[in-house]
Amino acid sequence: MASDAPLIAVDSLSRSYRMGPHRVKALDGVTLRVERGEFVAVMGPSGSGKSTFMNLLGCLDRPDSGRYALDGEEVGRLSSDALAVVRNRRIGFVFQSFNLLPRQTAQANVELPMLYAGVAHAARAEKALAALAAVGLDGRAHHRPTQLSGGQQQRVAIARALVNDPVLLLADEPTGALDTATSLEIMALFQRLNRAGITVVLVTHEPDVARFARRVLSFRDGHLVDDRAQVPEEALA
Amino acid sequence: MTALDALRSALDSLRASPLRSALTMLGIVIGVAAVIAMVAVGAGARDQVMRQIASLGTNLVMVGQGSVVRSGVKLGAGTAATLTEDDATAILNDIPAVTVTAPSVRWGLQIVAGNQNWGTVMFGITPDYMEARDWSIVQGRGISDQDVTQAEKVVVLGQTVVRSLFGGGDPVGEQVRVFATPLTVVGVLGEKGQNTQGQDQDDVIFLPLSTAKRNIPGMAKSNPRFIHSVVVKTHDGADQDEAQAQIRELLRQRHRLIDGQDDDFWMRNLSEVAATRDASSRALSFLLAAVAAVSLLVGGIGIMNIMLVSVTERTREIGLRLAIGARRRDILMQFLIESTTLSLIGAAVGVVTGIGTAMVVAGLAGWPTLIRLDSVVLAVVVSGLVGVFFGLYPARRASRLNPIEALRHE
Ligand SMILES: Nc1ncnc2c1ncn2[C@@H]1O[C@H](COP(=O)(O)OP(=O)(O)O)[C@@H](O)[C@H]1O
Ligand SMILES: [Mg+2]
Repeated sequence: MASDAPLIAVDSLSRSYRMGPHRVKALDGVTLRVERGEFVAVMGPSGSGKSTFMNLLGCLDRPDSGRYALDGEEVGRLSSDALAVVRNRRIGFVFQSFNLLPRQTAQANVELPMLYAGVAHAARAEKALAALAAVGLDGRAHHRPTQLSGGQQQRVAIARALVNDPVLLLADEPTGALDTATSLEIMALFQRLNRAGITVVLVTHEPDVARFARRVLSFRDGHLVDDRAQVPEEALA
Repeated sequence: MTALDALRSALDSLRASPLRSALTMLGIVIGVAAVIAMVAVGAGARDQVMRQIASLGTNLVMVGQGSVVRSGVKLGAGTAATLTEDDATAILNDIPAVTVTAPSVRWGLQIVAGNQNWGTVMFGITPDYMEARDWSIVQGRGISDQDVTQAEKVVVLGQTVVRSLFGGGDPVGEQVRVFATPLTVVGVLGEKGQNTQGQDQDDVIFLPLSTAKRNIPGMAKSNPRFIHSVVVKTHDGADQDEAQAQIRELLRQRHRLIDGQDDDFWMRNLSEVAATRDASSRALSFLLAAVAAVSLLVGGIGIMNIMLVSVTERTREIGLRLAIGARRRDILMQFLIESTTLSLIGAAVGVVTGIGTAMVVAGLAGWPTLIRLDSVVLAVVVSGLVGVFFGLYPARRASRLNPIEALRHE
């Protein structure tokens, strides 16, 4: 893999949806590069294409046109099984609504991606506990999601996203369901993880959240309208 | 995802709604239990019949007067009185495998005792007949050689006849009449019950062969040596088919039948009776298989129904699994293993229930039952296949979900 290539290289990426007789251009000709180790916030009003963009970056969806290379590899050409492997090993995804399996313990939820990576039973437990410790949840391994607060549930989800050591952490409004104080804690966690080396791309429509990133992308009507670097604020936690 | 992990997660999700899982299995449980119990009862009954037949002796051949049925028309059955006592003697003397021949005549008639009247079947026999057909005597004595040579006017009664004429009292020494002939009752036969065709074997009376011929009107007087049939017994281990071929050859010779002419006698052995019985039990097995197929089909549809519900309920879970790296075939396998686990647990419960039911039936109704391993294996294998087959459609549906839409599902 060409390690001098940018982690994310996107050229003229477009995605449209059919809405009755119309076609909605959810994403229209977006081009950009993201280097390893960046912390990028994606902003924009509702319906501006942020989620569409994240789903494409996360290999959950395919573009209508344009190219996407992850770590130098053209993703558009991969089979659906190969894409599943990319999602499993190289990308971690965090959702607004956590998406934890409600009947499973925190540990079992974190182990889930390793099940599909073919990690042996004993190693799974060990790595899951380590990932839970890394997000500050040691001692909560046997709790079920209903026994955890929203912030704790999102931490479990982040641990799950990290457990296969991905190069890229994607989060679509990860603080959207959390109160301000908890949001700050979660942002502090993202900042810490980013400093430890992982590339983070995070969607938010709150400037309060975006100020912790080092780069802010702004979307409107499917276009990338602004791309600026900033000095991040320190989220203390 | 390894098969073991998939199995564990299948059990997890079945445990999540135990009542629903149990109800879903019910169709399979009932189907499998029904198959195993019914096969056990059927096999037990068949086993009992086979043992009865075996106890009668498979080394018996019946030879009778009259041609075989050909193309639906019975050709002069019993018209020409060609089968004789001498044929019976010749079979005994000329065929080495034969140990006993018992000639007899048979006639339906009325028997009268005092003012009681009863319609029954009369056999004119020799003592060999009693031995060959395994008749026992419970009161008095049987037909003796002397009765036959002297044409004594004696009779031995079957249990049903005793009940009908004497109300179950001891008839030995009493006088009865058939047609105008008075006969002395000298003995009572042991009870035999129904035969395999359900006829009452005890509704019968035995007279000496000679007495029957001399005193029963309607017996063919043209040939005083004639008989209706002869029971031939071969020694144990003798080749039945060969003995039968030899008997046939001998009789054709004695009856001067030329090549191309039909036999004027019929032959039947008890293994053929057993074979007919076997055929009817095969028909029963076929019926059981049909019942089983229908109930397993219904069980399968129940599984499909619940799996479809489960796929819909767990759409978000499926979306999440796809998003974190499950391949489509991982999802397919997960749901297939779940439906198969469901049907196999149902089958296991069904096996236990079926065996239990068979044992209860055996205990309460007193029917013989026989648990057949092949029915158990077949029921379990078919249930597994039902789980796979009916799980396939819901599993495919799950594996084809779009992850983004699935994740957005409420
Ligand atoms: N599955 C879909 N079908 C139809 N239209 C869609 C679908 N997903 C998104 N869209 C449309 O695409 C546009 C961008 O949506 P989205 O990327 O979700 O925006 P954002 O996340 O920025 O709010 C919106 O107009 C939205 O209605
Ligand atoms: Mg969105």
